[in-house]
Parts: sequence; structure tokens; C-alpha cells
Amino acid sequence: MIKGKGIPLAIAFLTGVIIIIAFFIPHSPFGSFEEISLRWYSIIAGFTMLLGVDSLLRLHINKIRRMDSNWQYSIILLAGFTLIVSFGVISTVHFGNAFLTGSEFMYLYDNMIIPLQSTMFSLLAFFIASAAYRAFRARNFDATLLLITAIIVMLGRVPIAEMISSKIPLFTEWIMSVPQMAAKRGIIIGIALGGIGVSLRIILGIERSYLS
Amino acid sequence: MKYIKMLANIDRRIIFIVIAIVVIIPLIMKPSFPIIVSKPVQDTYDAVESLDEGANVMISIDYDAASMPELQPFLESLLAHCFKKNLNPIVLVQWQLGAPLGTRGLEKIAAEYNKEYGVDYINLGYRPGYVAQMVGIGKEIRDYFSSDYIGNNIDQYPVMDDIHNYNDIDLLIGLEAGATGNVWVEYAGGRYNQRIILALTAVSAPDAYFFYQSGQIEGLVGGMKGAAEYEKLIDRPDVAIAGMAAQSFVHILIIFFIIFGNVAYFIEKREKNSKGGA
Repeated sequence: MIKGKGIPLAIAFLTGVIIIIAFFIPHSPFGSFEEISLRWYSIIAGFTMLLGVDSLLRLHINKIRRMDSNWQYSIILLAGFTLIVSFGVISTVHFGNAFLTGSEFMYLYDNMIIPLQSTMFSLLAFFIASAAYRAFRARNFDATLLLITAIIVMLGRVPIAEMISSKIPLFTEWIMSVPQMAAKRGIIIGIALGGIGVSLRIILGIERSYLS
Repeated sequence: MKYIKMLANIDRRIIFIVIAIVVIIPLIMKPSFPIIVSKPVQDTYDAVESLDEGANVMISIDYDAASMPELQPFLESLLAHCFKKNLNPIVLVQWQLGAPLGTRGLEKIAAEYNKEYGVDYINLGYRPGYVAQMVGIGKEIRDYFSSDYIGNNIDQYPVMDDIHNYNDIDLLIGLEAGATGNVWVEYAGGRYNQRIILALTAVSAPDAYFFYQSGQIEGLVGGMKGAAEYEKLIDRPDVAIAGMAAQSFVHILIIFFIIFGNVAYFIEKREKNSKGGA
């Protein structure tokens, strides 16, 4: 009789094995089981958002209570969260969908979410420039090779390269298609093998950290 | 020598100001640069161009406002190309905060080409659980998208009459800011042989090159430059082409920073060595 921790382990084993079989034999009964599992997955994925919100709020409320370092920023997070949720609820009541043009939520989306997200992403350009100036040094052969390649690719990725020499974009394309791809394929194959290994460990109950 | 040392240790805020200036000035002056179309973008254009009138093109919005400057210009160019050829775009969203961007792109370009919602195109909106959805669409799209983005039953729209699964989708184009495109390739492509094209942010584009080389995707559009090439191909110059000047100058500036930083590094190193040897 399976009991205690054996129950989730058995569920993981059966689900894993059936999903693997269904990938290769997508017909009944495996296909139907996969379909049901995927619907459950969609429902559970929706609920994980609630868990995430709960965890985030607890963390920041506790930070404010304990007055940990930078606790003031947690107040801004809670205020932002309350504002977005309230506007989302109000918009849903008014329009039936918070994402409709003209809704209160879309006012926040246009005037806060878009500028904030765009700013966060565009800051990359400033930090990359600063880092390139201070840290990208030809300290050894490997670093020099990386540096030269980076310069060629950066140049070849913008139209101005064509004005300097028509060969630069072609050479850039070769770098992307041959050496870059060779390295990338190696990494991806490694990740895939690692993924298979971890999946097998979970299915066979060797890896049990998800139970804790 | 003293000045080179000073410049080598320049305050980063000055670097930030220089970058800002180099971005802003070309956007105001709008100098033009030759746009050379790369093969992956040409293949994307050819794939769309080869579709017959009335073909269904599924467009997945897998990005949000952070990647909007890179991907929104391509979305608009792609929609313009689809409407010009009387194709039917079927838009769905995998990144929830990208939903309004897809809606805006559709509304803007559909109005430009006088296309009617539900007849010529549809917006299915966002649903959670993207892997489940991608597999589920292979069987019946209504299992996951029974209603459109405003909650109306999709069966009331003529454009959805003959669309049930990937067999009815002539081309799938994913606009990607993350790894969602990989999942499209794994499930829609690997399992259902769906024809796929990916448009990615410049930083993610190298991750999709092997899919393109192996033929798992038919075309690849990388970043704002890819969008600018597509704008050129459909002869509809817009923000991506306008942004190429700023991008060119910033890349040149960063290259200058790298070279200058290294010159200063070697001078300092030589000085240290000569002092150590004395």
C-alpha cells in the first residue's frame, strides 16, 4: 500500500511515464490522458500566480515590519500592487475586460507600465557602454578573441557597417552561423542531456527536493 | 599620458550622458543608412509572400513593453504585409502584458487597410499555460480559445469557421522576447509539422539560429534591424528604419569605448611594468 510521501512520488512516476509515452503515441488512452493532464496544468498554472502574489506580499510586509534595509521600497511595491489590482478590478467591472482601450487599467498601462518597462530595458544600453569601457579588456588570448569578435559582430549588426565595407556584414553572418552556432549547439545539447537526466531522476523518485 | 589616465577613469555618468546624446541626435536629425536585407529576413518575407489569398497566419505575441521598440515595428510591418495580401491574421498572446500591444498593432494596421474584425482577422487574447495550449491547439483550438479577447464566442466570427487546429494554420509567426519560441518549435513544429517563423529581440536571436539552420523555422527576424529590413522589403518605411541611425551610432560609440578603454589599459600596464622593472 502506497502512503505518505509515496503518493506524490507515485503520481509523479505515473504522470511522467504516461506523458513520455503520449509524446510518441498520441492516441487513446495516452493521448486523452495527456489532454486531461494539460488542462489541469493550465488550471494549476493560473493558481501558481496566486501563490506568487502571496509569497511576494508576505516577503515585503515582513520586511516593512522588521524595518530591514531598504524597507521603504517595499512600501512602494505594496502601493504599486494595490494600485494596479484596484485599477484592474475597476476596469473589469466597467468594461468587462481590463485590457480594453479606454479602461482605467490601460491608463496605468500606458503611463506607468510601458515607460517603466521600457526604461528598465533601455538602461541596458547605458550599463553595457559603461561596462565595455571599464571591464572589456584584452587581458589574455581568449579575452582578445572575444573582444575582436564582439567588435565585428556589433559593427556587422548595424547598417553603418555596409558603408565601411560590404564584407563586414558577410563576415558577421559567418561568425553567427559557424563558430557561434557550434558553441551554442554544444551548450544546448548539454542542457538537453542535463534536462533528461533531471527529469528521469524526478520520475524515478531519486530527486525528491520538490517534496520539501 | 595624464589625460589618458584621467579618461580611463572617467565618471560613468559622463558615459551615460554621451550615450544619451548619441541616441537622441540621430533620432532628431534622421540621417539615412543603406538597409541590406539579410537571408533570414528575406526568407521570412518570401514565406509570407508565397501564401495564397485567404491563408491563415497565426501570430503569437510573446513579448511585453520592455521589448516593444524592437518587436512592435515588425508586428506592424507583418500585419501590413498580411492585410496587403488579404491573409487572415489570427493573433494570440502568451505574455499577458503583451496583450494590449497586439491589440493596438491590429487595430492600427487593420484601420489602415480597412479590414473588418472577425471577418479578416481575429484577436484571441491571452490564456495561461502555454505548453498545454500549444499542444492543445494541435487537436482543437476551441478547447483553449473558445472566446476572443473581449469574451465573445469565436464561433460567431466567419474568420474562425474553418480553423480548428494546426492543419488550418498556413504559417505560425512568433514574436519572442524570451524562450517561448523554443516551445513553439518543440510542440507546434516538432509534433504537428507546423511551418514556423520567429522574430526575436536582438539579444535572443542567436538562440534561434540553429533552428533556422536546421530548417525547423523558415525565417528569422532579429531585433530592430530585422524589422527595418522587413520594412524595406514591404516598402513601408517606419520607426525601425528611423531607429537604425541611432543604433548604428551607439554601436560605433561602444566600439570606440572598448578600443579606448583597452588603449588606456595597455598604457597603464606598460607603466606599471616599467616601474616594476626599474
